[in-house]
Amino acid sequence: MLEVNDLRTYFDTEDGVVKAVDGISFNLKRGETLGIVGESGSGKSVTNLSIIRLIPDPPGKIVSGEIIFNGQDILLLPQEEVRKIRGRRIAMIFQDPMTSLNPFLKISRQLMEMTQLHLGHSKSQAYEHAIKMLEIVGIPDARQRVDNYPHEFSGGMRQRVMIAMALSCEPELLIADEPTTALDVTIQAQILELIKKLKQKTGTSVILITHDLGVVAGMTDHVIVMYAGKVFEQAKTSELFAKPGNPYTKGLLRSVPDPTSEQGSLYQIPGSPPDVAHLKPGCPFAPRCERAEEICRREFPPFVALTPDHHSLCHFAEEVFAASPSVT
Amino acid sequence: MDKTPKHSRNPTTVEPALSPLGVPPAESHDPDIIALGPEMAVAEGDVRSAEDGESVRGSSLWRDAWRRLLKNKLAVFGLVVVAVITIASITGPAIIKAASGVTPDYIPSNDVKLIKSFPPFTGPDGKFSWSHPMGTDNAGRDLFARVLQGGQISLFVGIISTLVSLLIGVSYGAIAGYVGGRVDNLMMRLVDVLYSLPYVILVIVLLSMFRSQTPRGQLVLLFVALGSVSWLTMARIVRGQVLSLKNQEFVLAAHATGVSTSRIIFRHLVPNTLGPVIVYATLTIPQVMLTEAFLSFLGFGVQAPLASWGSLASDGAQNIAIFPWQLIFPGVTMALTLFSLNFLGDGLRDALDPQMRTD
Repeated sequence: MLEVNDLRTYFDTEDGVVKAVDGISFNLKRGETLGIVGESGSGKSVTNLSIIRLIPDPPGKIVSGEIIFNGQDILLLPQEEVRKIRGRRIAMIFQDPMTSLNPFLKISRQLMEMTQLHLGHSKSQAYEHAIKMLEIVGIPDARQRVDNYPHEFSGGMRQRVMIAMALSCEPELLIADEPTTALDVTIQAQILELIKKLKQKTGTSVILITHDLGVVAGMTDHVIVMYAGKVFEQAKTSELFAKPGNPYTKGLLRSVPDPTSEQGSLYQIPGSPPDVAHLKPGCPFAPRCERAEEICRREFPPFVALTPDHHSLCHFAEEVFAASPSVT
Repeated sequence: MDKTPKHSRNPTTVEPALSPLGVPPAESHDPDIIALGPEMAVAEGDVRSAEDGESVRGSSLWRDAWRRLLKNKLAVFGLVVVAVITIASITGPAIIKAASGVTPDYIPSNDVKLIKSFPPFTGPDGKFSWSHPMGTDNAGRDLFARVLQGGQISLFVGIISTLVSLLIGVSYGAIAGYVGGRVDNLMMRLVDVLYSLPYVILVIVLLSMFRSQTPRGQLVLLFVALGSVSWLTMARIVRGQVLSLKNQEFVLAAHATGVSTSRIIFRHLVPNTLGPVIVYATLTIPQVMLTEAFLSFLGFGVQAPLASWGSLASDGAQNIAIFPWQLIFPGVTMALTLFSLNFLGDGLRDALDPQMRTD
């Protein structure tokens, strides 16, 4: 349903060209959930903003690539057509529900705007629909609450409103950009559960961006691990967790706290993500990699197919993959 | 109204699902309401706590601001005075006409030898009388009626010019701020150029070049002249606001829902700038009124028989030694109004300024 081929989004800055997304490709089938994980600045959000063509231009620019959504290349569509897709067929949920609702407009108006715009609802139709959507996402007293302002809702409730808004036109693809990062843990679980249930019910495909590996494990069918604008590893979720084929993924997995064992300090990957404006030749992860050898600093690693749907960007992918224990 | 019970654990009352939604085909989107069953409406018993008791009572930003405004005594004083003077100006001349038959431009006699300017509360015979509470002017016209009618024109000039400045300034500033880049640069340099022109002189030149024969024509010219220069600061204020707002996430979110750019500017961004806009508009009214008074005082503004506070003060100033009431009454009324409008503007700024918020 969604096919991204060799997408490159660059930003022109005074510091040089930042290759925020540099040649990523993936495939999403109807009803599937794709997780995109990576550290801050690895290009997760830019990838998804590129999909609905919301990259601020200037300074950003989608340099090359194809984004085929139901047979249409979104990058070739005129602006007007893209607007009809946004919100109607591809909807987005943003990270911070505190700032992604307009503080000056009532919830009802923000919800109604969507359906009036895309579904041609009349005012009263849209109003009833807004209430219905709020009920669906579990907002109590929806009929009273619909005319409230965003500041009168708690963070979790606001994220529910955002989900209600995103789903009100019944999109085919839902992009959730770190939907739970700004929420506390108990609310996180509720929101994820809600997205999962709504997804099952409506058959919407979901792209879930996160840096929480626990969320990925519980929610997704496939995972993409991004680093410095590139796909480092791509696999089925279960396989990625059981048999990672990339030293970076391994590092990420080791950095997750394990409550069953008390080993004192938590593992962390040394160093920090590279400056994507000034990448050296060779593997971008090499300076931080425990496995790195001479070749890693010299040559850009190949994208190795370990199994038909498990790929890894590493000179030693096969070795790492073979050495990974099959976790039970 | 299907009100939901307030203490219910599962407070949603979604009608039974019309049909469980399977995988929707790509092209045939059902423009109807999503049919989701009630069983999935709430993810577990997750809506407890805060929403447990009564439904949350709304308190809008405006209501909060209004409450804060009412706490400010000076602002309330300003509001009351402005309200009283506005109502008196609008209804006053008509009431006076009904009560005593005197209109603001009624001249009792053309006899040049008669002293026609009576002190306050004095009749033609020199004795106490209710007929002219503020006295009369040189031509014997009732000053009270003239001050009220002048108020009509002064307030009208202030409000119309401010509306023009709102209309032009807000849209100009919002567009410049939102579009940004070269367009913004160009638009704001134009504002800078207009700013640097000495605008009182500009208005005087405009008014004397297109001097109109009728008093009403002159009034229209005055509106155009004042309105065309009063929007500059407004444009700057709104541009600054929009610049700081346009990178906020809710704008991106609005874009992501497919809202058009013009709609984002005028439906999403402009409402967010309303606080400073209202404050500045309130402070523009007295500013414009003062300029109008100044121009009328110089003889470029409102022409007799129409009166404004400025032209009344101008007439009175000529006779200040003999007939001081001719200057005092319009002057004091104008000063009081301007003070009050400024107090009100200050109060509004305090009430609408998010930094001052203490709740």
